[in-house]
This record gives sequence, structure tokens and C-alpha cells, in this order.
Amino acid sequence: MSKHDPKLLLQSAPLLRQGMTTPAAMRDVWIALLPASLAALWYFGLAALLVLLTSIAGAVLTEWLFTPRERRAITLHDNSAALTGLLLGLTLPPALPLWMAFLGGMASIGLGKIIWGGLGSNIFNPALVGRAFLLATFPNAMTTWTAQSGPADFLTLHASNLALPFMQAPTVGAGTDAMTTATPLNLMKFEHQGTDLGALLLGNTSGSLGETSALLLILGGIYLFLRRGLDWRIPLGILGSAALFSAALFLIEGDKYPTPLFSLLSGGMLLGAIFMATDPVTSPVTPKGAWLFAIGVGLLVVLIRVFGGFPEGMMYAILLMNAATPLIDRYTQPRAFGRKRATK
Amino acid sequence: MATLSNKMNAYDEMLKGIWRDNPVFVQVLGMCPMLAVTNSAVNAIAMGLATFFVLVSSSFLVSGMKAIIPKQVRISIYVIIIATFVTVADYTLLALFPAVHKELGAFIPLIVANCMILGRQEAFASKHSVKFAVMDAVGMAGGFLLAMFALGSVREILGEGKLFGISLFGENFEPWVIMILPPGGFITLGLLLLLFNWVGERRKQFLAQVAAVD
Repeated sequence: MSKHDPKLLLQSAPLLRQGMTTPAAMRDVWIALLPASLAALWYFGLAALLVLLTSIAGAVLTEWLFTPRERRAITLHDNSAALTGLLLGLTLPPALPLWMAFLGGMASIGLGKIIWGGLGSNIFNPALVGRAFLLATFPNAMTTWTAQSGPADFLTLHASNLALPFMQAPTVGAGTDAMTTATPLNLMKFEHQGTDLGALLLGNTSGSLGETSALLLILGGIYLFLRRGLDWRIPLGILGSAALFSAALFLIEGDKYPTPLFSLLSGGMLLGAIFMATDPVTSPVTPKGAWLFAIGVGLLVVLIRVFGGFPEGMMYAILLMNAATPLIDRYTQPRAFGRKRATK
Repeated sequence: MATLSNKMNAYDEMLKGIWRDNPVFVQVLGMCPMLAVTNSAVNAIAMGLATFFVLVSSSFLVSGMKAIIPKQVRISIYVIIIATFVTVADYTLLALFPAVHKELGAFIPLIVANCMILGRQEAFASKHSVKFAVMDAVGMAGGFLLAMFALGSVREILGEGKLFGISLFGENFEPWVIMILPPGGFITLGLLLLLFNWVGERRKQFLAQVAAVD
């Protein structure tokens, strides 16, 4: 070979690449969830950390167990299973027995992801499948909300956290008994009593680990939006339609129904709208479809909260619209370039 | 047909229903009672035994009468034969075990519609001698009974912490409510199918290895 050899770069298409990869996208979501997770530790102490860690462990272990050996390195290094575990953990109550959190992580990945064929093939949001499984399996433990312990009692553990596998909390033993309180949504539903909006914004209320601080969730959402990690239409559509719908109800009968701002800031609304509903696997890909999906979630969540039996409806609203996603995608396909609009 | 029957091994016909062609785990037949009444081990076994009785008796009668059943109306005749035995099973249960009968409710008359039973008549009993038909029915119904028991005991243990009504874990057991509900039936069935297929696959690999060594 002479030194006049032309320098040719031989490469097959695609030649133009975007930096976005699955691990990078997952890393962005991790960073976006960090403030809310740290707030969970601040408000609920060590119990929160342990619940989050066990649900992550359950998810990762299940993923490892049911992935063929030669593909383990690929599927585990993108951290998607751990992210599912974290998202699930953020929807759990702080005093949940740790073995239930672990089981929930297993159900998330096993029933929510692996049986559909792994990442990208699932119909329902895996974290919410895990939560739905836990709520149907242990209705009592999943709706026992504890008061915040605050940073002063960081090391507080609840007796129920340490329950042995398959057992309820021991009546005597390690840890302090959890002080149960009602969440803002419970107060609204059963006693028609509002909660201070400032407390909702900062997260100074009871509830599941990740849903308390509205401000930090919005912060994470803005970060994700700037990194183009989420479809802005979905959170905007959900929050907008939920606000409109609850405003209409509030105008009709103000004493009975919550104010729109309360609806937006309380419960799992923000966590769900920003982090769960925007899961690219289980939400529509077309812009028009995203709007339809988001409006559907917003209407359903207000319907369930106001007229349903549960105080919170975010989980079921998202799961129901997940089920409708393939249909929405099918009917909102944009016209392919150069083709005529289909005539009816 | 006679030469074919001679080559068949009666015990093999029975065993295939229990493992290789298990009506639930391999053929996935009879799903309606499978999911509906397996919320406790007792219910599952009662249902399995009733189905056992109906299947074996109908196979016996259908195989014995196969020469005189007109081909054009055979299905309706099978159904009449099955329905007769279902009625017998229904009233026997009502007389002897009224509590279980009440639990099973409409699912006993619905044994008539169990496609596993009709399937055995059409696919096997009407083409083979009485001996083979009965052996086949015993195997299939036995496989069904075992599958019912497996599902029922898993759901009762996890859902209530009991087996046959006897508490296993003491008072502090946290029941898995979902296991008593219909989703628990689907989840358990799916997991058992997974286990069954996994074991079957391992067995196939093992046999292939043995064959390769030989």
C-alpha cells in the first residue's frame, strides 16, 4: 500500500446519529427523580431509603433471573429495571413492610415487563403494574399512611417495615409504631377538608414516598423537558384537562369538590403526569395521539377521584389509557408523505 | 383400527393425560372451572372429582355405544350422555356435601360445557375400544384433577394462609387478597404453565443429551 491511499470511511447507514441511547435516556430520568427521592428521605427518613432500595432490588433481581445469561449484561446496564424499581418505590407508603416492597418490584418486572418480552414490548407501565398488584394483594398495608418523621428522626423505622416475609407487623418488637394519618386526598374525599397549598407544594404532607413534594417533581419534569426526555404534550395535557374538569366541578359546587389547584398538587398527579404517563413505551408516539392520551388520563383521574371509590385515581387512569394506546396510535397515524388522505 | 389398538399400551394412554398431554398445562382446555373454582383446595378437588366421574363414565358409554351412534348426530348424543352424568354428579354432591355444592354453584352444571370432556369423546372414545377409552379418560381426568389441586392449593395457601382450611402460618399471616380474586387465578395458572413448560424443556434437553451420548 502506498501512502497516497485515499482515506475512505466505510460505514453502513444510518450515517447520521443522535446521541440519545437507552442508557442515556434512563440516566436523565434518574437525575430528574433525584430531588424527589432525596425529599422522600428528608421527610420519611431511613424507612423511605429502605423501601426504595428493596423495591429496586426486587426489580433488578427479577430482571436478572428471567433474562437469558448472554443478554444479562445488555439488559441490566441500561438501568431500566432499577428505574422501574425506583418509580415503584416512590409510589409506596413509607411504612410498607419491606418484603412487600420487594414483592412489588418482582411483580413490576415479572408481570409488567418480562412476560411481554422485555423493555419496549410492554403494554402497561411496569411500575404501575407492580403498584396495582400490591394494592390488590395487600389493600390494608398499601393504604396505611404515616405521618412524616422529619429530618430530626432520620433513623426512625416503623415496626411494620420490619415485618417478616409473609407476616404482618409484629405487635411488639423493634421499631416504633407508625402514627397513621390521612393523606390530603383522603381528607378531601372523606371529610371534604382541604390542605394548605404551600404544604402541598413543598411536600409537607403525608402520602406515598414520591408524591409529596410538588415543587421538586416539577423541577425534575423541567429538567427532563430540557433534555428532551419527555413528550411535553403528555404532562401538559393531563394537568390541563384535569384542571379544566375539576374547575368545572368546583364552579358547580364549591363546597363539595376540590379546587383545581388542589387537584393538581395533591396525590400522585404530578408524579404520574411527569414520570409515569410519559413512559415512551406505553404512551402514543404521534403528537395528536399524545394529546388524546393525556386528555383521557386527566379526565379519568378526576372522575375516579371525585366519583369513584378510591381517593386516588392516577394509577388506574394511566393504566387504562395505556391499554388504549395501541388503538390511539392506530387512528392517529399521520399521512405518509406523497400519499393521499384516506377517504371514507 | 384393531391393529392400531394392539400396538397401543394401555398404561401409556393413561400416563399421557397426566403429563405429556395434560389437559390443563399442555392442551389448555377446561379453563372456565380451572379459574373459577380453584380459590380453595377443597373446592378444586370437589370439582376435579366431579369432572373425573363425568369424563370416565361418558367415555365408557360413548366407546361402548360407538357402533350404534349415527355419525351425523354424534355430537348431540355425546352431549346428552355427558349431561346425564353431570346431573348424577350434581345431585350426588347436593345430597352428600351440600356446603361444597353451594360453593361450586353454577359451575357443576357447567361441566357439560367443559370442552375437555367433549373433546375426549370426539377425539378418542368414539374411535377406540372401551378399555383404551376408559384408560384415556382416567389419565385425562387425573391430569385435570392434579392441575386443579395444584392451582387450588397454591391459591389457598397464599390467599388465606391455609390448606384444606387448616392454618399454616399462624395468626400473623398477611393474606394475599389477590390470590382469592380472579386475577390470582390467572396469575397462578400462568406461573404454573411457566413452570410446566420449563420442566418439560429441561427434560427434552436432558433426553437429547442422553441420546447424543448413546
